[in-house]
Amino acid sequence: MIPGLPLADARALAPTLHIIPADPAADARALAALADWCGRYTPWTAVDLDAGEAGGGGLWLDVSGCAHLFGGEAALLDDLAGRLRGLGYSARAAIADTPGAAWAVARFAGIGRHGTAVVPQGEQERIIAPLPVAGLRLDTAMVEGLSRLGLRRIGDLLALPRAPLVARLGNVVVRRLDQALGRAGESLSPRRPVPAQHVRLAFVEPISRPEDTARATRRLIEDMEARLETSGRGARRLTLTLYRVDGTCAGTSVGTSRPVRDPDHLCRLFRERLKGLDPGFGIEVMTLSVPTADDLGPVQTELGSSRTIRAEGLARLVDRLGNRFGPGRVTRLVGQASHIPERVCREVSALAPDPPIPREALEGAHRPSPARPLHLLPSPEPIDVLAPVPDHPPVMFRWRRRQHRVARAEGPERIGPEWWREERLMESGAREHLTRDYYRVEDREGGRYWVYREGFYRPGLAPRWYLHGVFP
Amino acid sequence: MSASPLSRRPDPALLEALRARIRRLEGQIPEDGEAAGVWTLGAPEVDDALPWGGLPRAALHEVLGPFGAASGFCAGLLARRAGRGESILWCRRRHEIYGPGLALFGIEPARLILVRGRRDIDILWAMEEGLRSRSLAAVLGEIEAIAPTAARRLQLAAETSGVTALLLRPASEAAAATPAVTRWHVSPIPGVPRPDRPGIGFPRWRVELARCRSGSAGLPRIHQTSGEARSWLVEWQDGKTRGFAVAADLRHRLAESAAQGGAARIAV
Repeated sequence: MIPGLPLADARALAPTLHIIPADPAADARALAALADWCGRYTPWTAVDLDAGEAGGGGLWLDVSGCAHLFGGEAALLDDLAGRLRGLGYSARAAIADTPGAAWAVARFAGIGRHGTAVVPQGEQERIIAPLPVAGLRLDTAMVEGLSRLGLRRIGDLLALPRAPLVARLGNVVVRRLDQALGRAGESLSPRRPVPAQHVRLAFVEPISRPEDTARATRRLIEDMEARLETSGRGARRLTLTLYRVDGTCAGTSVGTSRPVRDPDHLCRLFRERLKGLDPGFGIEVMTLSVPTADDLGPVQTELGSSRTIRAEGLARLVDRLGNRFGPGRVTRLVGQASHIPERVCREVSALAPDPPIPREALEGAHRPSPARPLHLLPSPEPIDVLAPVPDHPPVMFRWRRRQHRVARAEGPERIGPEWWREERLMESGAREHLTRDYYRVEDREGGRYWVYREGFYRPGLAPRWYLHGVFP
Repeated sequence: MSASPLSRRPDPALLEALRARIRRLEGQIPEDGEAAGVWTLGAPEVDDALPWGGLPRAALHEVLGPFGAASGFCAGLLARRAGRGESILWCRRRHEIYGPGLALFGIEPARLILVRGRRDIDILWAMEEGLRSRSLAAVLGEIEAIAPTAARRLQLAAETSGVTALLLRPASEAAAATPAVTRWHVSPIPGVPRPDRPGIGFPRWRVELARCRSGSAGLPRIHQTSGEARSWLVEWQDGKTRGFAVAADLRHRLAESAAQGGAARIAV
């Protein structure tokens, strides 16, 4: 049985064959999930899309500086292969100086009982020389072309002069060869951004009780604090990942409004989140990473002034609220350079760093501003109005099915459109590019409203009125 | 040791201290004394009618009424409560707060932290977090209905931290009693044009002190509430002294009623 065999031929060879249709999308999903699972070994993982002649998917793991955690490279590979077997996969794995050599060895070398091999440092040339040329990640046509020339082993290529090789076959063969031998650099992209800081905690026995998870989180956070302190950084975002025994992962992230490394505060942020995480059949490994960090010098809060303590307390409150409600639901109001009522003021996430305040907003503090409502409707709502033409305030209007008889009115205040912007129709059908004449009106019950007439008066055309805000 | 304490005249200072202790035990006056623990509305008529000469800071207050009027009254209370640079947490469900509109109350928009919650539970959670964080002046929550235990939690959190809690509720939910220290009913009434500017005057409301958990009777300034409502017509006046004022055209009626020997109570 070989890859590429027609189904009918395969059935003729083995009548009892069990057939499963190929599902490349599901394979890719499974491989991606497996890549995340490999995050227990290193934060740098990627899916190998270049299946090549050998077929089958692969995973890249950059284990530089991680192997000692598992007792050496061979032990790491044994652990990885053993766990994958436990999950029901058959896997071959290799560690080498270059991605190309590891790829070739993992797929083509006759490797040990466990399906793992470690290429000693600097010896990739000796190890890959006897392997078939397909081990250089070449496509089928190229491999066939090489075999027609009698070049079957990688070692055959090594013996040839480079210039005729490039002239005959193009530079892909030479490039792959150089990459495998470490003569040319090769950059692979990790599946997820590699965090600046990463700490890991493995358990002898899988844990599943919430209090254990909380305690482990605390330990990770304390480890992280020590690292951040050494590097003079504070976390802006933290990601906690739980690796369950069944090979699946669960994770959660918290964000902060300013660089933080105080363990108490971080534990409190994670406490809410841990409730939502399902430990499944047990958690084997937990990792905590800091994808985003900012500079944070040594702090001495105890002696700080009451003002800095208050600012710090406020930032913590914003963090807690933001992590429960989502950053978009905890906001601050900032001024914007515009004179259109709905654009004067904008809500920005309170977790975001303080935005620069536009000059207009600063000047506005000294300028007597005309009265504005305390509540502005998200979009002006059309109202039925009885008003004398051409430019009198309404006598009566109907808003949200209620009739309001106007007792007093103030206005008009004409607000011109921002002609330099593109025309846009608002939800309610109000048009933004028309001049608005605003009136403050008070009905007989004492309700105070902000209404406007759209556009200029045109004889014979009924003007359109909108209610835009409510005064206290 | 010879004279029994009962045979002597009670020491007034001691009595006052004991009364203060009882008030503290009842959870109405914060630990750090009366003067520091109270903020005023700026209208002497209303302030004097309150047993504390103002509103206790470390406490829960309720404001009920149609949204526009009630939120306006709340904004006034917050403006009086929060000092310069102090922040306010505003937990809302549906309504939008418009930054420029806050200028009337002298609240800089940057001092406001807004939270939007979908359910009452979320609002209560956010309020409690805010009340426990000591870095705020006040927390306002827009809420439909509240269970007495939830209100009690807010009251306790406010007492411990000294952060003021305000509940903004629709008028229809008036029925259930809560552990709030005061409850106000606010309804809009037509304003009166200012002499210097025609049109609509200062925002004006009918404000009714529906409940006031004063408790002890030994306070000098107290007016017995005995469950009876007192109401005023109040205006919010910006300008130099930002504060509430009992509407001017009612002042003389107040003076009249005082002259007739009645209590300083206004029936409008």
